[in-house]
Amino acid sequence: MKPIDCTITEVRSEAPLIRTYRLDKDLDPAPGQYLMLWIRGVDEIPMSFSSPDTITVQSVGEATAALFKMGAGRSVGVRGPLGNGFVLRGKRILLIGGGVGTAPLAFLGEQARRAEISVASLIGFRSQGDIIFQERFESISDIDTIITTDDGSAGIPGHVSAGLAHLDIESFDQIYLCGPEVMMWDIISRLREHADRIQACINRYFKCAAGVCGSCCLDPEGLRICVEGPVIQANRLLEGEFGRYRRDGSGSKGPCKG
Amino acid sequence: MTRPFSCPRINYPGPGRSLDIDKPFIFPDRSTAMPSLSIRAGGLDLKNPLLLAAGILGTTGASLRRAAASGAGGVVTKSLGSAPREGHPGPTIVPVECGLLNAMGLPNPSYRGFQEEIDSARAGGVPVIASIFGSSAAEFAQIARGLKADAFELNLSCPHAENYGSELGRYPDLVESVTGAVKAASDVPIWVKLTPNTADILELGLAAQRGGADAVVAINTLKAMAIDIESGYPILGNRFGGLSGPAVKPVAVRCVYELAARLEIPVIGVGGITTWEDAVEMMMAGASALQVGTALLRGYGVFEEICTGLARYLERKSMTIDDLVGLASRRLS
Repeated sequence: MKPIDCTITEVRSEAPLIRTYRLDKDLDPAPGQYLMLWIRGVDEIPMSFSSPDTITVQSVGEATAALFKMGAGRSVGVRGPLGNGFVLRGKRILLIGGGVGTAPLAFLGEQARRAEISVASLIGFRSQGDIIFQERFESISDIDTIITTDDGSAGIPGHVSAGLAHLDIESFDQIYLCGPEVMMWDIISRLREHADRIQACINRYFKCAAGVCGSCCLDPEGLRICVEGPVIQANRLLEGEFGRYRRDGSGSKGPCKG
Repeated sequence: MTRPFSCPRINYPGPGRSLDIDKPFIFPDRSTAMPSLSIRAGGLDLKNPLLLAAGILGTTGASLRRAAASGAGGVVTKSLGSAPREGHPGPTIVPVECGLLNAMGLPNPSYRGFQEEIDSARAGGVPVIASIFGSSAAEFAQIARGLKADAFELNLSCPHAENYGSELGRYPDLVESVTGAVKAASDVPIWVKLTPNTADILELGLAAQRGGADAVVAINTLKAMAIDIESGYPILGNRFGGLSGPAVKPVAVRCVYELAARLEIPVIGVGGITTWEDAVEMMMAGASALQVGTALLRGYGVFEEICTGLARYLERKSMTIDDLVGLASRRLS
């Protein structure tokens, strides 16, 4: 499809560099699916849905900086929803998120509760001021909501994995993961024996978002993350590039950051 | 067989909802002897004539191996230059009526950064053709000297990158000199990919032949544009791009026919091949081998699907693959 025109109806600040944009169209996405957001005259970038009609954006580059200058009433081009989202499985699930990566998990948790699935959440942030969606997670998590901060200013001090000790991992039918790659790799490495029960929403350099250009292909299988992901079962991420390196816009290999 | 494009609207991959990805392809039972699809073209022995085209899923060794495992007779890499390039800002593609517009902008990690991907791709067991681009004959030759591949395809035809591609490739004298320089710098087959954005593609093909090319590849995309009518903005980040897919196939068939009728070197046909019927038509126009690109929107299954259809056609007609090549011009001779 060509980009469709969407008007921004509301902008909400979640944290100093994170904002939620509501669009005038419900595109009926599944949690974990994404859209390609065209900021006209600047660039087109992938964004995960944080609810059926919102995206939650962290300012990281030129395109997001341009978006941050746009308020309600301005319009953007949208292709989506695209890719494969999370699939709800079982009666008891665990959501593990880091930073802005918590956005699709809050959306998923709300869907899970409507399906009467029990939810526990483990979410981590750099610092107390960076916490987003705390109320959403507390209202969807009937089992527990665990918060970690890197600097110890709120919740459990340390990385997200510091919260694992407070959870009975065996008790969950399915684990849903989204956040910075270093954090996701830390969790997957520690829960290696549960990898077939972990659905991870991952990120690669998307250009075409249609499965033809090859910029997002993940070693060793050559998975096209834009159409076969972005949600991938973690047992396919264990032996390859995930957590070890990634390719940039030119296709050059470099370290995983963040 | 359903066509992936139902004109006038492209059938674009819709939203998925599950974790199930393309299931591993199970090759059909070949115990009943099907006609051989093996062919020699452009200095390479191919198990079948259907190659992965440049710029499509050619960025990593793994994605090229996956095309080989899915039945491609050979694979062409993403075009490689002498320095890393990020390419154009997005949007980089626009699905349009009966085709796809793209302006990727030749993103690549440079030929130096890509050798390991080619080495990895070669484990797929089919020829790996390195597509290369430069702004001068010397730059092309430098890349060809520094890169090991089974053949080189010279990108003298990308319609949307300043100083590269068709900006050189529309001049017959430059096509000849670039081809000659790479031929002198390399001992593997040299294929020259031609632009249709010219008044006379035959002039370009003859120039490539004079330069010593082992084959020409026709056609690259048609220079094109799309505008967002809600805002008035050109959609592609680069404004202009290249049109591919079913919309360009009749143009490609005509170009291949014109080239094959006059050239002594083989023509590799590319442009909108989506079904086995398209493959038959392109070979009848004179193509010794074929490339598919935009059809990969449907997934890697297209190689096996087209090859199976082609083999069944040959069986039904009691023909060999060599009988097909250039049949259309023999009919009128």
